[in-house]
Amino acid sequence: MRTVTVVGASLAGLYAARALRAQGFDGRLVVIGAERHRPYDRPPLSKDFLARAPGAPAMAAGARSPSDADTLALSDADAVTLSDAEALSLSDADEDAELAAEWLLGTPAAGLDTAGRAVLLADGRRITTDGVVIATGATPRTLPGPPRAGVHTLRTLDDAVALRAELHAGARKVVVIGGGFIGAEAASTCAELGADVTIVEAAPLPLVPQLGREIAQVCARLHTGHGVRLLCGTGVKALRADGRGDGDRGDSGAPPGTTTRRAPRVTGVELADGRLLGADTVIVGIGVRPATDWLAASPLALRDGVLCDQGGVTALRQVVAAGDVARYGELRAEHWTSATEQPAVAVRNLLAGTTVARHTAPPYFWSDQYGSRIQLAGHRGPKDTVRIAEGSPEEGSLLAVYERDGEITAAFALNRPRPFTRLRRRLGAGRPAAPAAPAGAPAAAPGATP
Amino acid sequence: MIPVCRIEDLPEGESVRIEIDDATPAIAVFHTDGALYAVDDTCSHQDASLSEGWVEGCFVECPLHAALFDLRTGAPVCLPARRPVRTHEVSVVDGMIHVRPAVPEEEAVA
Repeated sequence: MRTVTVVGASLAGLYAARALRAQGFDGRLVVIGAERHRPYDRPPLSKDFLARAPGAPAMAAGARSPSDADTLALSDADAVTLSDAEALSLSDADEDAELAAEWLLGTPAAGLDTAGRAVLLADGRRITTDGVVIATGATPRTLPGPPRAGVHTLRTLDDAVALRAELHAGARKVVVIGGGFIGAEAASTCAELGADVTIVEAAPLPLVPQLGREIAQVCARLHTGHGVRLLCGTGVKALRADGRGDGDRGDSGAPPGTTTRRAPRVTGVELADGRLLGADTVIVGIGVRPATDWLAASPLALRDGVLCDQGGVTALRQVVAAGDVARYGELRAEHWTSATEQPAVAVRNLLAGTTVARHTAPPYFWSDQYGSRIQLAGHRGPKDTVRIAEGSPEEGSLLAVYERDGEITAAFALNRPRPFTRLRRRLGAGRPAAPAAPAGAPAAAPGATP
Repeated sequence: MIPVCRIEDLPEGESVRIEIDDATPAIAVFHTDGALYAVDDTCSHQDASLSEGWVEGCFVECPLHAALFDLRTGAPVCLPARRPVRTHEVSVVDGMIHVRPAVPEEEAVA
């Protein structure tokens, strides 16, 4: 292969580019990004980044020297400050030079010309290429209805900058729609900033499909225990606005330019059950759609993501996929860790021309909320039983194991990282036997622990 | 020198986190591979406590994102960490483990 094009310039795209070079690909490497930014780390966007006042010095690790500023497009310098770029950057100048990639940023891909072996860009360019890594990620779902100022999704750096400006300008009443992990983290940060926060969740309890009822309840209590209202079992009927445009509101707490100027500003959320919640800011966290629209006319099989085998290889041998956009077998993970693990596998198969490696690591993710750390690893099935193996919800620290037919399928921890890691590693090693005793040292395999 | 704990209270395979004062980053002390090591407790990638990490030989794996550090040098062995954690001198005096925190960089320069 002389040219490989990575479509997507976020975590999975960067790791794919790294993997290509690490595995000996020395041809032309093109990375296409819809966003104008160099690869940056998304997890802090709903946490530290949002909590920090705009322009405040970055606390996160990975600082770059100021001379690296030009590696991030600062076309909106007021909004995206240098410290933002420093705090979130996923690579440094040395590594960028070593990668020797051509970065085409701010230019979404528009199609795949498989006959002509090219990636088509929205601006009309075409990149002739021998191999393609699809890493376009996912796009937040939005609510139907007319646009409203003060309504945010939280996925990209630009999303976070806009939301942060509003929160730090004094948004007092925040309604979070969707009680999933993004919604929960955003709610936690807003509460930390002193806002009055309500979460609206359509299901009877958030996160039941992911965690099961008992553990979902533990997580729900984190919200209520920190003064955040959790309204469950009701959908959203409409986002209400008082009818005035954002630009007309001279005394509005919202800074200019955070959303469409002309759109009327949100003033409340009308629920399906008739209740009306007042709101200065609404955060919509109702899941994501894999970003596959640009592939609609391609011969690739698409079904809630790009269909791949366990090695990330699509129906076309010279096209592989990784990260949120990719469905490996039956599973499409939306996790940071998958986006860092899958690219090396997919790239190996791309360079080999056939599937020689498979991604088998169990899904893993973490979430930080209200000063607590949640971790989940494994494949939890809907009928798995769950039991708390260590700690308790009351002490704010616990390890829970999910089991099926006497085997552990998944592990959940709240502020219990050490035994969790032990279990996670055993899940990765395959088929851990369930500990027999209901209490005691459930995570300990004979001889495996200090 | 900051006292940590008695050597018998930190058996092989165990680690402990010590907080000295507000100005000094917390330190993680490990007993592994027959030796004692001390490094900054907070992972150089993101906020996670290395004392809660997975120790194998003279390496510790961050419990959050699996960044691996060499306890002897503090150097990151794999991504996502790209910067080292500082190492600190450890000694045992009369059965008591002590740590001498490394001088912060800005003071060393001054």
